Amino acid sequence: MSAKKKENMFSRELISFIEKWRNKPGNLIMILHQVQEEFGYVSREAADQVAYMLDIPLAKIYGVLSFYHFFKTTKPGDHNIQVCLGTACYLKGGDMLVEELGSLLGIGLNEVTEDGRFSLEGVRCVGCCGLAPVLTVGKEVFGKVTKDQLPGIISKFS
Amino acid sequence: MSYRNYILVCGGTACESSKATEIYEALVNEIKHQNLTEEVQVIKTGCFGFCEQGPIVKILPEDSFYVQVTPADAKELVEEHIVKGREVKRLLYNKDKSKKHAKVEDIEFYQKQFRIVLRNCGFIDPENIDEYIAREGYAALEKVLFEMTPDQVIDELRTAGLRGRGGAGFPTWMKWNFTKQANGECKYVVCNADEGDPGAYMDRSTLEGDPHSVLEAMTIAGRTVGANQGFIYIRAEYPLAIHRLEIAMAQAREYGLLGKNILNSGFDFDIEIRLGAGAFVCGEETALLASIEGKRGMPVPRPPFPAVKGLWGMPTVINNVETWANIPVIMLKGGDWFSQIGTADSHGTKVFALTGKIRNSGLVEVPMGTTLREIIYDIGGGIANDRKFKAVQTGGPSGGVITADYLDTPIDFASLTKLGSMMGSGGMIVMDEDDCIVDVAKFYLNFSVEESCGKCSPCRIGGRTLANLLEKITKGNGELKDIEQMKEIGSAMKKASLCALGQTAPNPILSTLNYFEDEYMAHIVDKKCPAGKCKSLITYNILEDKCIGCTACARKCPVGAISGERRSVHVIDQAACIKCGACFDTCKFGAIEVR
Repeated sequence: MSAKKKENMFSRELISFIEKWRNKPGNLIMILHQVQEEFGYVSREAADQVAYMLDIPLAKIYGVLSFYHFFKTTKPGDHNIQVCLGTACYLKGGDMLVEELGSLLGIGLNEVTEDGRFSLEGVRCVGCCGLAPVLTVGKEVFGKVTKDQLPGIISKFS
Repeated sequence: MSYRNYILVCGGTACESSKATEIYEALVNEIKHQNLTEEVQVIKTGCFGFCEQGPIVKILPEDSFYVQVTPADAKELVEEHIVKGREVKRLLYNKDKSKKHAKVEDIEFYQKQFRIVLRNCGFIDPENIDEYIAREGYAALEKVLFEMTPDQVIDELRTAGLRGRGGAGFPTWMKWNFTKQANGECKYVVCNADEGDPGAYMDRSTLEGDPHSVLEAMTIAGRTVGANQGFIYIRAEYPLAIHRLEIAMAQAREYGLLGKNILNSGFDFDIEIRLGAGAFVCGEETALLASIEGKRGMPVPRPPFPAVKGLWGMPTVINNVETWANIPVIMLKGGDWFSQIGTADSHGTKVFALTGKIRNSGLVEVPMGTTLREIIYDIGGGIANDRKFKAVQTGGPSGGVITADYLDTPIDFASLTKLGSMMGSGGMIVMDEDDCIVDVAKFYLNFSVEESCGKCSPCRIGGRTLANLLEKITKGNGELKDIEQMKEIGSAMKKASLCALGQTAPNPILSTLNYFEDEYMAHIVDKKCPAGKCKSLITYNILEDKCIGCTACARKCPVGAISGERRSVHVIDQAACIKCGACFDTCKFGAIEVR
């Protein structure tokens, strides 16, 4: 793959962000955040591109990607449902929500529905413990969720 | 310019998720609509702390405390309260109906609280530096720059006796002094805002509600130890806090309070934000520094401590958000004042995120030495749904449980450690009789296993083995020797792990074994889960004398395991039952029992 073709996969903003951070020490995590912000995950191609632009080994990038939970290397669904599994939510039945959502969507944790519409993820404390149990879909937060509300929440995004 | 009324809308994450932004906008529109923009100001503040009752709207000067407000209420609040001067009674927080209105200081949730760290949360607009300055903001920095020597600053901290609020409780003045005395081409100041303990959100609320307090304190530290660059390492999962920090930093630079030649003192200091990426171990200081350097966040053995050899090998002061937020107040009011608050061992206050099976969930700040009973029953309002208190967990995955027998213990660093738990960062999770203690231990162990960086074997292998043993016990396959084995592995991990994550990971097991050994025994010997949580150990049964044959449970059962004619007693086919509990939740007659 030619260098020029590679450049095309990133937006102009992303490229200028990387340029700005190129010479700053400790830039890799900040750059990967920006890549994930643009694509929703960090694909192999994107990782290749970052390695090329920063002139560092791909292994170093995967070392970081695989260490941190926040980074995804596979494409999430259009609507990523994140169920909080922090302690307060767990005590109030966060795990039940995961189970129920799994059976409603026909997928397990960290899987994507066949049509690519939904993915299901368990996350650490979102910090709304007063609203436990909590789940988020995109930027929207649902608090004090009961199993009965789940079909409604899903259909809202279908 | 002063206004006739101020409407404060909580803009913390919990209230924002319940539409606080829409409420704010509706109020602004309504004020415009009534042509009152000259007389009434609507402000979005940081967290009020009383998350259970959110979204919260407070109107000054009457100090009316409105709770569970919706965007639709905006019109009535403006028309009634602001225009006609009549409080909207149905929205007031008021348990005691005889009182005319509940002033904030009358609300029992706030009565025993004492706010130093959260002094500005819920009072100021965190996106407006002028409001911070109006409440003595940056006065401490000015004092440090022009009236105090670095040694005086450190002395003041020593007199105050401030100890790190991130969990370990190391004296702050010592950290600063080590860094000050260390030699290095340059030095760094770091704020640890990687709040990873599940069930804790003190630091996030502080940053969201009062970001300048942390910026000011870091600048003070920079001046004291001789650093010109600071970093705030914050979880990427906290977008609102990051956003407010960015605004605050830009405003501080504009005012000459950050950047080159601060307040014409000749001192340069600037701060950059670095994002975490969801690794609990990065709360450990050496791992955090590795992460700022863009690497895998793996701890390294100490010494050398970061104070001597930290970020990029340079002397580095690292403090947690809550510790930072204390510092401007200490500089202004003096170490003596601060040391009067709290107990002999621990001075000042502590912020706790009070959650779990508690009536009033929220963020509370109390003087050290307050008892657990006061926090849980007076501030927290007791256990939700009138269930029975079982235990309170502090210290998150590194801590332990405290039982009813010890509720009168005054909270400080030493007393919690003595009880086999720890202060930790401030998560306080209340459990009731429906919570299975073995299941809770398993929850924490699985957390630590997932978060172990894998570098040292005691933590990597020991943690996994412990989690497997707990899994075995909750599945009903436990043996008596498992308990001994868990104790043995736990004590080995404590001694041999590289960092605090591995050293403290067994605590949830060791502490629950200490107080609830009988519950472990019930799982192992009787193959029963007394709380009815561990699915492999429970059965659902229909009580003949209570079932009226309404068929509700049979219709709800997802696997068709319940059969029976209408108006006659139903039966659960135990072989088909998946123990989802749907029948139990559905039955209105209490005819289903869990055994």
